[in-house]
Amino acid sequence: MANVAHTATSAPVVRRRSSFEKLMSNTSLWRGMLAIAVFLLLWEIGSRFDEWFGKEWTLPFIGLIPAPTAVFAAWLEILPKAGYWMSWLQSFKRVLSGFLVAMLIGIPFGLALAVNKYFRDLFFPPFEILRPIPPLAWVPASLIFWPTNEMSIAFVTFLGAFFTIVINVLGGARTIDVRYLRAAQSMGASQWDLFSKIILPGTLPSIFTGAAVGMGITWEVVLAAEMISGGGTQGGGGLGFFIWNSYMGGSLEQVVVGMISIGIAGYLSSSAIRWLGDRFMPWKRLF
Amino acid sequence: MQKATTEMKTASTGPAPAASEIDPHSIGKGHLELRNISKSYGEEWDLQQVIESMSLDIEPGKLTVIVGPSGCGKSTLVNLIAGFEKPDSGEILLDGKPVTGPAKDRMVVFQETALIPWQTTYENVVFGPKLRGDLKGKALEEEAKRLLVKVGLGEFMHKYPLQLSGGMQRRAELARAIINGPRIMIMDEPFRGLDAMSRGLMQEFFLRLFEENRRTNLFVTSEIDEAIFLADRLVVLSNRPASVRKVIDIKLPRPRHYTMLSSAQAYEYKRDAMAILHEEAMKSFRPSTANANFAKSYTTSGGH
Repeated sequence: MANVAHTATSAPVVRRRSSFEKLMSNTSLWRGMLAIAVFLLLWEIGSRFDEWFGKEWTLPFIGLIPAPTAVFAAWLEILPKAGYWMSWLQSFKRVLSGFLVAMLIGIPFGLALAVNKYFRDLFFPPFEILRPIPPLAWVPASLIFWPTNEMSIAFVTFLGAFFTIVINVLGGARTIDVRYLRAAQSMGASQWDLFSKIILPGTLPSIFTGAAVGMGITWEVVLAAEMISGGGTQGGGGLGFFIWNSYMGGSLEQVVVGMISIGIAGYLSSSAIRWLGDRFMPWKRLF
Repeated sequence: MQKATTEMKTASTGPAPAASEIDPHSIGKGHLELRNISKSYGEEWDLQQVIESMSLDIEPGKLTVIVGPSGCGKSTLVNLIAGFEKPDSGEILLDGKPVTGPAKDRMVVFQETALIPWQTTYENVVFGPKLRGDLKGKALEEEAKRLLVKVGLGEFMHKYPLQLSGGMQRRAELARAIINGPRIMIMDEPFRGLDAMSRGLMQEFFLRLFEENRRTNLFVTSEIDEAIFLADRLVVLSNRPASVRKVIDIKLPRPRHYTMLSSAQAYEYKRDAMAILHEEAMKSFRPSTANANFAKSYTTSGGH
């Protein structure tokens, strides 16, 4: 790896390194992969300890969990099955719909709270009473309100992201340095200029922070809601229902497969938000 | 408290506006008058008088420096002149017309930096003209680039403010203010927070810029050496509530050079100003003042 870097920089002809070479010389990437490998190895050893040394050597906790190789085998088995992928699709659809609606309503609502005193006086108190109620506490009530299971899950998911996004947008918009606004005013900015050129871009970092946190909560909420409601339709109850179903069916390997799938899904979602954040806020990735 | 009597314009007609390529209409104008202005904050039962019947004449084409003990109300004064806040009484006139709110004829260079972080240096500079649409397209681009080169940021115009050093940020801010063609530049402790070396360089840079076109300038600082080095007229403020204690005409020759600060004359000015500043600063330690009240209420409420 060091060699690659060395030959690349000392080559007589200056040439741009290919993205593959860059990837290979990325030490953080290698360290990360090493860490995951070590983790899997320890898990494997811990889990198979009793097979190697006899039943009395069953380690607490880790000894009861299926080994990574067993999980991997179970995974390979269900990978070609449509039901597994339907679970992914189902959960992603719920997360995205709840999350997008929360963004669409939450960002303008947060900005309105920030810039208009009357709006804030009217809507902030009820908002603050509803905010501390955990989204999962809404599950029974929303199962009653909404005509379909699907709508109640979407509603609870929406709540999970909504409050976090609003609070972040409000906080971000209210803490913009007053000197930016004053400088713009001196230069002849109208109310709309102040909003569109100072307040909105100044709030972007908080919008993305809220989105990242909100996305995490959305995944938590979706899975719990799927477990509680039974996942809705038979076509695939989502990853939450997948885990619950595997547990009821006694397949511990599949439970772990479901858990890891959620980990990957959450990682993909937050990577997407980070990627968007980098595109929208070039001044944030300076050095 | 002794009311300042700032001499109205004397026989001298003021310096002839130097021929300059920058927005000729804004230069040599910019006569700012403060007439008996007062400002206080807080409720009626707990009124904090910050400025009390202050009158001051800021003459066109001159660099007027305001010094005062820290916390005396200098920033409030800047906010009033810039139009961010309104005085309780009295009036502020720019070239005879009352100031009613913020406008491009009075540009402020703020403490630390107030460059907009999500705009590049170039975008910051063209921000004002673009908003108003009074300078557009090629003409705007050329003017912005010319100013950026002038302040030594030609190669940095596409960097974001956070990528610039402290001194560069202040120069970018100067360019951003100048392009709007203000009649008066208001500098609110603009070099605060810079290290001694950068500060010295910025003072000389700023002086060169001023001496070149002599745009009316109000410079607020708490550093007495900086004040004497830059000023045509030095206004010494009282402790809070602020009013004018003394106006000293600084007759050091221009163009200024930092060695002039060690002349006997400069020393004289400094001694005069320091005597007043010291006397005023000591007032904060008297038991009857706000600071002492604060300290007292703090200790008693905490103790019992």
